[in-house]
Amino acid sequence: MRTPSAVMNPAITMATAQRILTQVRHDHRTLALMILLPSLLLILLRFVFNSEEMFSRAAPALLAVFPFAIMFIVTSITTLRERTTGTLERLMTMPMAKLDLLFGYAIAFGMVAVLQVSVAATISLTWLGLEIGGSVWTLLVIAVLDALLGMALGLFASAFATTEFQAVQFMPAFVMPQVLLCGLFAPRESMHVVLEWASNVMPLSYAVDALNHVTVSSDIDGTLIRNLIIVGGCGLAALVLGAATLRRRTP
Amino acid sequence: MTNLAIVVDGLRVNRGGRDVVRDVSFEIERGTVTGLLGPSGCGKTTLMRSIVGVQIVAGGTVTVLGEPAGSAPLRRKIGYATQNPAIYADLMVTEALRYFASVLRAPASDVSRVIDEVGLSSHANAMVGQLSGGQHSRANLAVALLGTPELLVLDEPTVGLDPVLRDELWELFARLAKQGRTLLVSSHVMDEAGRCERLLLMREGGLLATDSPDGLRRRTEQTDLEQAFLRLIKEVEAA
Repeated sequence: MRTPSAVMNPAITMATAQRILTQVRHDHRTLALMILLPSLLLILLRFVFNSEEMFSRAAPALLAVFPFAIMFIVTSITTLRERTTGTLERLMTMPMAKLDLLFGYAIAFGMVAVLQVSVAATISLTWLGLEIGGSVWTLLVIAVLDALLGMALGLFASAFATTEFQAVQFMPAFVMPQVLLCGLFAPRESMHVVLEWASNVMPLSYAVDALNHVTVSSDIDGTLIRNLIIVGGCGLAALVLGAATLRRRTP
Repeated sequence: MTNLAIVVDGLRVNRGGRDVVRDVSFEIERGTVTGLLGPSGCGKTTLMRSIVGVQIVAGGTVTVLGEPAGSAPLRRKIGYATQNPAIYADLMVTEALRYFASVLRAPASDVSRVIDEVGLSSHANAMVGQLSGGQHSRANLAVALLGTPELLVLDEPTVGLDPVLRDELWELFARLAKQGRTLLVSSHVMDEAGRCERLLLMREGGLLATDSPDGLRRRTEQTDLEQAFLRLIKEVEAA
């Protein structure tokens, strides 16, 4: 934080968020997909199970997983595009801090995530018959945090992709192992010790734990708070690491 | 304060194991229009990137407005337009410019001023992605004109433009220089060279000559700058 441009400027951060939202608004199909896709997948799941009880068991975890995956892929492609079209380089010649850009993305896509999760949760809790023991608000907060985590990891991952082909494949590479190990398919304690360890270092596991807790209980206990801090902290860490991958000078 | 806008000394840039800029040194005075000319692939863009401070250099120094190239205080003082338009295709022209203006902390009124300067008023509300090639590169140039940059580094800003528009832009460049701004404009068409006060002629990563258009004509005894450039290449190769 030595040079003036390393210090964030709220006006520039907000202008960036507004610019990204304007871009999304111009692209109607993307906007519709971002807002509706998790809901459509949950509706599909509900009819695949054909039982409200089974749906209620799986849905909370998926309420985190779907937005997580979608935000990851959308963000990694958008940032990659910013790199390949030269707009990132142009911004880096301007008095803008790297974190202005990343937090601009976080705010813009965070707002989209709130909308996305609210629609999916509303449909699940009403039409699809999802029943939870805890508070709906806690559920929403966890799911939004999770979408933000997906966004932050997407930003970070896009630094390692040089083409769209690579970026698209980072989705299965970064996201699917977390989905497989997060306790959705098998309880984490029942996994082989190596896998359990792997599961322990993956942030999505803590999000799913938190969501499973909300399904059965209305207590806001220490474990829940710890899980939320882990998810939020990982998102923040990924954003800061993402800033470290942005370069003002390139070969 | 020195009267030099750019001082390049012994600049070397290596890209992909190849020296694309080789031991280039020159100075550019403030308030002038300098043309950077040479065939495509000769290192013009890399040299410009080094001046703007986005290029990793292998050796030598680049000083811009008294500061090392790429240093933070320069970020509001340089307007840079890349050859490939670097402007959001999924925004309207005004929206994209408004965004860059806020990043530069330039007044909002700048947006309509620069749109006017590049002659895009009739397309101000068009999506950038829907513009024709020439309009697109003008929108790109408009970004570089935002704020009050002391130095403008413009990479092939007139490519694909019709002659009338090209003429208007060169008049704009001259006007900006009169206000004390410094312009470095690259081109690969020699007929634009005559509109510059000074010329930097590049070939294969090296600087062939720095001279005024008239000086170049005298030195090579040619009236046509294209011929003068050819003559210069032959002289250098013979030497």
